[in-house]
Amino acid sequence: MTETPETTETPETTETPETTGTHEKGEPAAKPAPAAQDRPLLRVRGLVRHFPITKGLLKRKVGAVQAVDGIDFDVFPGETLGVVGESGCGKSTMGRLITRLDEPTAGAVEFEGRDITHLSPGKLRPLRRDVQMIFQDPYGSLNPRHTIGGIVSTPFRLQGVEPEGGVKKEVQRLLELVGLSPEHYNRYPHEFSGGQRQRIGIARALALKPKLVVADEPVSALDVSIQAQVVNLMDDLQEELGLTYVIIAHDLSVIRHVSDRIAVMYLGKIVELADRDALYASPRHPYTKALLSAVPVPDPRRRTKRDRILLKGDVPSPINPPSGCRFRTRCWKATEECATTEPPLVQLATGHQVACHHPEEADGGVDANPGAATESSDGKAPTGQ
Amino acid sequence: MTDSSEDKTTAAGQPAAEGTAPAEASGAATAKAAAPEAEVPEATPAEAAAPEADATEAEASETDVTPVEAAPEPEAEAEPKTEAVPKPVAEPVAASGGTPSAFLEVRDLKVHFPTDDGLVKSVDGLTFRLEKGKTLGIVGESGSGKSVTSLAIMGLHRASRQQRSKVRMSGEIWLDGKELVSAEPDEVRRLRGRQMAMIFQDPLSALHPFYTVGSQIVEAYRVHHDVDKKTARKRAVEMLDRVGIPQPDKRVDDHPHQFSGGMRQRAMIAMALVNNPELLIADEPTTALDVTVQAQILDLIRDLQKEFGSAVIIITHDLGVVAELADDLLVMYGGRCVERGPSDKVFATPQHPYTWGLLGSMPRIDRDQTDRLIPVKGSPPSLINVPSGCAFNPRCPYADVPKDNVTRTVRPELQQVDGRHYSACHLPQEERQRIWTEEIAPKL
Repeated sequence: MTETPETTETPETTETPETTGTHEKGEPAAKPAPAAQDRPLLRVRGLVRHFPITKGLLKRKVGAVQAVDGIDFDVFPGETLGVVGESGCGKSTMGRLITRLDEPTAGAVEFEGRDITHLSPGKLRPLRRDVQMIFQDPYGSLNPRHTIGGIVSTPFRLQGVEPEGGVKKEVQRLLELVGLSPEHYNRYPHEFSGGQRQRIGIARALALKPKLVVADEPVSALDVSIQAQVVNLMDDLQEELGLTYVIIAHDLSVIRHVSDRIAVMYLGKIVELADRDALYASPRHPYTKALLSAVPVPDPRRRTKRDRILLKGDVPSPINPPSGCRFRTRCWKATEECATTEPPLVQLATGHQVACHHPEEADGGVDANPGAATESSDGKAPTGQ
Repeated sequence: MTDSSEDKTTAAGQPAAEGTAPAEASGAATAKAAAPEAEVPEATPAEAAAPEADATEAEASETDVTPVEAAPEPEAEAEPKTEAVPKPVAEPVAASGGTPSAFLEVRDLKVHFPTDDGLVKSVDGLTFRLEKGKTLGIVGESGSGKSVTSLAIMGLHRASRQQRSKVRMSGEIWLDGKELVSAEPDEVRRLRGRQMAMIFQDPLSALHPFYTVGSQIVEAYRVHHDVDKKTARKRAVEMLDRVGIPQPDKRVDDHPHQFSGGMRQRAMIAMALVNNPELLIADEPTTALDVTVQAQILDLIRDLQKEFGSAVIIITHDLGVVAELADDLLVMYGGRCVERGPSDKVFATPQHPYTWGLLGSMPRIDRDQTDRLIPVKGSPPSLINVPSGCAFNPRCPYADVPKDNVTRTVRPELQQVDGRHYSACHLPQEERQRIWTEEIAPKL
């Protein structure tokens, strides 16, 4: 449906994201320059992960935490896709699903055109070379009883790879690559600071020259000055090694800095997916707009100038999400339609993909006053076409 | 005893080491080096007029504010020595003794923790003041001494008997005319909650999981007010309503786990404000929260401050949060203040390379994206072996810039930039101004 935006804007479009076929054609076309020439490295369709809630002796299923509930996106070679959202929106679960650390309830994950959704652990092993993960907590993700050399050389051992010049030499090269000293080979994790540990985690992730690196909150546990070091390092490595990143973070400033395209998640769904500049310049989904307006800006003079959109209340529970649009309970534009019909993720003329019945005006990023936003629902349709 | 001897060595050691340093403009450097209290910026006219008299006064007050753990005599010995040597002409406030005019005044606060590895100097000579109705933002990386400072003000370092032997505090904390460092723990306890209250970073661990939110607020209220449970409960519901908890009369009986993160933080704020404290310390109040909830909480703190007129200290590593709230800004590094001033001034023309580093390493949403961040190289210093001289010098990109007659091992003291804006850096001010406008500001 997305290739024909004129029709998708109409409220009758009740397709659910699970009808993946329609999206497949639309999205690569949506992607500007790089998309045209490349096939997506990673292709995600209708990805669902529900964690069952059981009760009683028989583990009767009484409900499910709908952590990820039908998301579609592509990641193209060489790009960085940023995934941002509040805690509990399912972004980390999504990261674990695309690296196949967890198995999806439904949907498909394709890596280089190959369906990896339900591969067995044994069949997954070769894949692990190409897909690596950087974890949030640099303290929890390194075994305290192993030396740095041991930690970084484990991927070689597990994959049975004998790098040129021997494992030790390669590990020392990796350590140097991430800005550590080769002499750190025989040290233990506790001897390193948080930033250095995160570098070790990065060295380990890069050991097998992966194609895709999924980083789950890679810098949120680090101090501001160290954050910048790690962000720059990841940037350099991407250029040097031609890596593709999926970076998951809650910090909108960090995401803006590192990403080419950004997906905004809310309660297990992608609500907006767009190029970085387009997204930050004129967010189209009310939630994105509210998120951006809430970021504190380190400039006291702007304190009064800014119109901040204060969202009321908290994120609803993913066990029992609101009907229709999940954001409607906190949205100032919500209409009846929002409660009954779930808005599909559709492509607007500006290149944004937005799941909203009433997307913001194209230039609505700065001046629109949300409090007074009482436009009629049909007033939105032209903006998207 | 160990404590006082430690104090003595630091106090006496400084002038000796720094005596060799040629006096900087107006000889303030030496004066400051000798008496760290010299950092107090605002001098009341009276103090300015009679520095000598103040010095003696300070001597006296210094003696009686000596922490309980420290034997008074050696402390008293050390202090006059250091104060007598250079006459602090340019720094009349140096020895401002007696009751200060500000609502909260911290003078040369030192908090040291002896450990097996050595003495951890978490806070090493911190001075600032705060008026009622104003907000002070304290910024710094982890381990810069922000939280230790706030706990020191709350008197929480000496809360338990066991802790008591471990921490060494010196300096003065004046809250509304009362000195807290030397005060009896019982006295501080009576102030805590009533006159000063604190919001902690992690509301889940700061609230007791076994008791209902309401009962915890009721307890906080009844400790300081002689009222029956019913009245206190009414007050708790009122406070929960004030901080924006929906259906407060029902939620008052919920346990903390039934609240979401943002609501817990609201409940914490309700608990902190139930006694209308005049000083509110918020230690990373929003770090654990999502950005939309963070915005709600920051707004709430701002509104409540307007309503109650209390003084607020907000401690954070996020310069954005500080810019939202703070009137004044204090940047800490390695347990000391490296820059301090009105927050619009500090953000507009920061004077310390560390502040530049913080600004440069932050990705910002309000400016055009620069290709690379400008990180501060290296990592924060160990507080056991704080680098000699300026604690920031191993990471400072301008450490090698030649400075007039100052060696690397001399510790820079806070110097006035203009007005209430102070910075502790050896770089000449013109040079700093040039670096900021030519090299740093364009890249941000």
